[in-house]
Amino acid sequence: MIYNMEFETLPREALEAIQLRRLKQTVERVYATVPFYRKQFDKAGVRPDDIRTLDDLRRLPFTTKQDLRDNYPFGLFAVPMENVVRIHASSGTTGKPTVVGYTARDIQTWAELMARALSAAGATRGDIIHNAYGYGLFTGGLGVHYGAEKLGASVIPISGGNTKRQIMIMKDFGATVLTCTPSYALHLAEVAMEMGVDPKTLKLKVGVFGAEPWSEKMREEIEQKLYLTAIDIYGLSEIIGPGVSVECIEAKKGLHIFEDHFIPEIIDPETGKNLGPGEVGELVITTITKEAFPVIRYRTRDITYLNPEPCICGRTHIRMGRVTGRSDDMLIIRGVNVFPSQIESVLMEIDEVEPHYQLIVDREGNLDILTVLVEVGEHAFSDEVRKLQELERKIEKNIKEYLGVSAKVKLVEPKTIARSEGKAQRVIDKRKI
Amino acid sequence: MKVEQISIFLENKAGRLAEVTRVLSEAGINIRALSLADTSDFGILRLIVNDTELAKKVLKENGFTVGKTQVVAVEVEDRPGGLYKILDILRAANINVEYMYAFVQQSGNNAVIIFRFDNTDEAIKILLENGVKIIEGEKLYRM
Ligand SMILES: [Zn+2]
Repeated sequence: MIYNMEFETLPREALEAIQLRRLKQTVERVYATVPFYRKQFDKAGVRPDDIRTLDDLRRLPFTTKQDLRDNYPFGLFAVPMENVVRIHASSGTTGKPTVVGYTARDIQTWAELMARALSAAGATRGDIIHNAYGYGLFTGGLGVHYGAEKLGASVIPISGGNTKRQIMIMKDFGATVLTCTPSYALHLAEVAMEMGVDPKTLKLKVGVFGAEPWSEKMREEIEQKLYLTAIDIYGLSEIIGPGVSVECIEAKKGLHIFEDHFIPEIIDPETGKNLGPGEVGELVITTITKEAFPVIRYRTRDITYLNPEPCICGRTHIRMGRVTGRSDDMLIIRGVNVFPSQIESVLMEIDEVEPHYQLIVDREGNLDILTVLVEVGEHAFSDEVRKLQELERKIEKNIKEYLGVSAKVKLVEPKTIARSEGKAQRVIDKRKI
Repeated sequence: MKVEQISIFLENKAGRLAEVTRVLSEAGINIRALSLADTSDFGILRLIVNDTELAKKVLKENGFTVGKTQVVAVEVEDRPGGLYKILDILRAANINVEYMYAFVQQSGNNAVIIFRFDNTDEAIKILLENGVKIIEGEKLYRM
């Protein structure tokens, strides 16, 4: 179901007219009220009235996570504090968190977007939504909560933790929609089985999962284990929180970005140049309706691509591909941009291998050499040398086809790839340039 | 008629083979036959042991990738042309040998060769029809 029929199905021309009008207002406002933006625009030699078309957006400088940190905590707010009604922050893995603010209208906008997202996933006011995203400074819990209420559904604000109790409540309250991170969804399935609760007996029909990268393989696993349709949702607190984009249940192929509120771009993370439809690069977002915390060309560091093709659901908003990685992880090998997550996707598509891998980049003479170590699990293993060599060739061929870069694949024993704090170290770059 | 063989994936680096034998000996498992096939990158160790299930379990617990396959133990007359005769029977019947290696012990005066076929059942049938002696797994593990 389309929650906001008018705005989600606008013809391209009308949508772009709205985008341009809102972009101009946003640019004028941040120039007038946020010293950081005024300084940045001046440095780039752009004035607000230079923005005459949507393409002129490209003349504006990027905003980075570092800029947010440098202006900690409230330096980028575009309204006086008395107009800010809510503050969220993202957990910074290093140093200070990044802080964002909302006006009363921002909260309404966010609720509307989350209502749209839940609706795109197939939820209605008749649903009982078990919201296991964390409540607090993190935007996940409250973001979904307000959207669910706006939709008119019954929301259970269970938050994270105490999994056994969650399963009891899910069962007793008859939850029909589950919202949490994809990894927590799998954990819920496991714990339910341990408790002797067959997920089949739960009433779940849809899950809306996000806040961390996941894969098609994980989607299949969640759908099989929890007997529901798993929908991918995307968002980040710097932009608004969850509800920047979402898959529609009709297609489940790409996430519609709510373009009447956000303008997406894809850039080459190395050069900053804009890339065309279908080209993989870093997602950059400009907010065009936010009041308290507007951002101009914010570099999300998330890797994806844009698909402007029409969708069977009727929404006209552009779709972005599933986020497959972070631009920080990008490697340039013989001039080709390579993301470890692309190698992971190649491995995922080969049934017998598990995505436990490591990339080693070295330089021999002037040539970059990419070696991909792949752990051999029981599915891939054979007692015949020929079959294992065939597997190596197959992976090499697929990498060449998908990424356009030659790699040497080397099979290694399980658990030999160095893991730090439980997470595998994906890339070792030995090049000394 | 079939014999169980375990195979282990080994990276070509020092000490891995020794590690396998250490794990097996600590579990009290006897290695009855062994063959190592290797390439520049990796090797596949194939073993016939007196307790396949236990060997598989302890190796897995120690982080090895272990497979189980069925092979055939064939008695070969210990005189010139003994092995040729068997290979000739197989070739005539279009049976493909993936690999083979010798078993440590003899069976009486005969040598024992372990064969891995792509079509094990068909191979056994042809060998028996041609009067070749095949050693049962239970007997072989105790030899
Ligand atoms: Zn759609």
